Amino acid sequence: MTKDITSTENILSASGFCKYFPGAVALDSVDFSLKRGEIHSLLGENGAGKSTLVKCMTGAYRRDGGRLLLDGVDIDPKDTNAAQALGIGTVYQEVNLLENLTVAENLYLGRQPRRFGLTDVSTMNRNARALLDGYGVDIDVTAELSRYSVAIQQVVAIARAVDLSGKVLILDEPTASLDTAEVAMLFRILRDLKARGLGIIFITHFLDQVYEIADRITVLRNGRLVGTAGTAGLDRKQLISMMLGRELEAVETAPRHSALNSAPARLRFRGYGRRGHIQPFDLDIRAGEVVGMAGLLGSGRTETAETLFGVDPPDSGTLEVDGNAARIASPRDAIRQKFAFCPEDRKTDGIVGDLSVRENIALALQARRGWSRPLPLAEQIALADHYIKALDIRTSEREKPVRQLSGGNQQKVLLARWLATNPDFLILDEPTRGIDVGAHAEIIRLIEDLCARGLSLLVISSELEELVAYSSRVIVLRDRTHVAELTGDGISAAAIVNAIASQSPGRPNP
Amino acid sequence: MTLALHARLRRAMPQLIALSIILLLNVLAFPGFFDIGVQNGRFYGSLIDVLNRGAPVVLLATGMTLVIATKGIDLSVGAVIAICGAVAAATVANGHSAVFAVGAALLVGLACGIWNGLLVSVLNIQPIIATLVLMVAGRGIAQLITEGAILTFNDPGLIFIGSGALLGIPMPVVIWVLFALAVSFLVRGTALGLLVEAVGINRRASTLSGVRTPVLLVVVYIVCSLAAAIAGLIVAADIKGADANNAGLWLELDAILAVVVGGNSLLGGRFTIAGSLLGALIIQSINTGILLSGFPPEFNLIIKAAIIVIILIVQSPALPALGVLFRRTTSGAGE
Repeated sequence: MTKDITSTENILSASGFCKYFPGAVALDSVDFSLKRGEIHSLLGENGAGKSTLVKCMTGAYRRDGGRLLLDGVDIDPKDTNAAQALGIGTVYQEVNLLENLTVAENLYLGRQPRRFGLTDVSTMNRNARALLDGYGVDIDVTAELSRYSVAIQQVVAIARAVDLSGKVLILDEPTASLDTAEVAMLFRILRDLKARGLGIIFITHFLDQVYEIADRITVLRNGRLVGTAGTAGLDRKQLISMMLGRELEAVETAPRHSALNSAPARLRFRGYGRRGHIQPFDLDIRAGEVVGMAGLLGSGRTETAETLFGVDPPDSGTLEVDGNAARIASPRDAIRQKFAFCPEDRKTDGIVGDLSVRENIALALQARRGWSRPLPLAEQIALADHYIKALDIRTSEREKPVRQLSGGNQQKVLLARWLATNPDFLILDEPTRGIDVGAHAEIIRLIEDLCARGLSLLVISSELEELVAYSSRVIVLRDRTHVAELTGDGISAAAIVNAIASQSPGRPNP
Repeated sequence: MTLALHARLRRAMPQLIALSIILLLNVLAFPGFFDIGVQNGRFYGSLIDVLNRGAPVVLLATGMTLVIATKGIDLSVGAVIAICGAVAAATVANGHSAVFAVGAALLVGLACGIWNGLLVSVLNIQPIIATLVLMVAGRGIAQLITEGAILTFNDPGLIFIGSGALLGIPMPVVIWVLFALAVSFLVRGTALGLLVEAVGINRRASTLSGVRTPVLLVVVYIVCSLAAAIAGLIVAADIKGADANNAGLWLELDAILAVVVGGNSLLGGRFTIAGSLLGALIIQSINTGILLSGFPPEFNLIIKAAIIVIILIVQSPALPALGVLFRRTTSGAGE
């Protein structure tokens, strides 16, 4: 990488980037380079390290190791303003502008042209009009920004960022809330900027858009660089393999539970769905089986889980539990049917940070008993001590606030909370995300133990090797639709990648 | 619940120290402050006065503690005092019994709590706005009930609530002690306290764990409004009349202050009712002390504010950092 120092081709190059958070390695010696006049797509699942990499380059985070070269010169921006002054501008998914100011004020905020100490409004508006003309956007710059669509606001944000920085433009999920025509307009502007010699980093999870606009692709996974390749030489299947499967060959032979397809289904979901969240699907869950759920970010995995658990109750479909019709309209209903759900976002949806390990473990059981029948303290202590031992939860004492535990141990506390309710059906959404390797293996072993005890599990994971290792069936999602179900010997990382990659005919971006 | 006594004492230490200092200052200003005598079979004295006059704030602080623990706030309690006082006065004025009047006032308090709770939990309105509605409208409702005048009454039963005594102890004191004990038992003897804390810390995670969050929120607003209703009865009984304009005026702010001075966080979560009681007594001691010291009344609010600022600074977690600024003076608040 150091050879690139003298190269004028690379406008921005990061080498050996490291970033550590307490208990986690967010970036592990990542190299990344951006050429002049290039659109470079940065891909990876949640937690892969895309945002961390970008934040380390824009100074939003201080990196813990590595060099950053801009035009061949070492830089170390202290914050985003410093990065902007050097030439690196960023536009986020949520437009970071002030909606109640005019378009022109937003473009020149903090650097308004002045006259006699006052803002020179007419000059500012004239400059703003000229600036936006360059983007082929003809709007009233004296109107409040909030009057315009998100797409126009994005363009204003881009215009401001480019005007301020002018060398590198970083776009973080800019198209997430745009429709097809707006995406086309945005892409026209990006191509213009590219022709002007800017380097553009484009973060998205829409693969179609990557293939439409990106020159090169860099894939990150678990904080590591998987690889960089030209878009033309990388087909969709290879790309998805890079994002999800690390060593596909190695796991083809991994042991697998024999499918229990002969057993009657314990849970029968028919035509289950919720408009705007997940297309109606059928799902059978049998006792003692692990059903895996695979798909890219935004494919509807978490939405499926939340619909099943009643967080966002279904607006269509039926459910039979052991042959009897049942209805789940809230998490309480789900818990009554002996469902349990460890959500993906532990911090906001899972743990109750200031409560102790003991109280967190007792919470779901207590909620089911109702407030008037408190779980005696002795029982809570017994319960907590049992699970601290059984799941090997590393905590100095059971009365410690759970927020002080590491991610993997918080995950185990959540698991303990649900196991204490003695569930029949456990949904795990990304149970191994963001936890260290040791805890990772333990959680996988736990999943297998639970399943051997007759529990049914639905496990959502971005780790294909994991899914292949413990699932008796794998359901594949794409575009909020269940597109394939793999069973028995049909389960392999390659098959999952194939199912995800198979093109959906002309589906517009959501 | 699991805390040993000495641990609880240690947690309440800043409040106990603050209360002691305020009481000492009171003695300096008024040497007879600690004198307690018996007259006509009941205790009297400045200390008894603090406990007696403090009844409304103590009651409100008890209920407010629960609301604040859920990350909420109830601005309407002052107005609920006015409404419930007016209801009780109007009921006895119409010839009904004192028991009937108390029942009517409590029912109206219950209704106010349900109203606040539904706005917060079902309609998801921010608590400060949701309860502002009743804060503003409540005084209007009370004025409609009293028809704009101070509605006086002579019913001995109702008056007993304000000026009677049980075993020599003034009724307001008996009432707030019983209420605080009842609420403490309600939240700590059942799982309510744990669930309230869970909801206050992480509402979404609690809901996902099966906690009936909306019901729980309605319950805490009901408890808070019932506390205000009882306070309303005491305030009305004390002056033998319902004053829709002034009854409970600004008391919601004293109650919130008592909760905060008591060491509870406005961000919700862990709460201590004992702390709030101490906070309320601290505030009442300040009020009584200022009255006794003979300062001109126009200084009262300013002195009160200054003392509270000092207490909050002493409690502030940022104080050790600020200590750098005053390295010479080793103890934080000397005078």
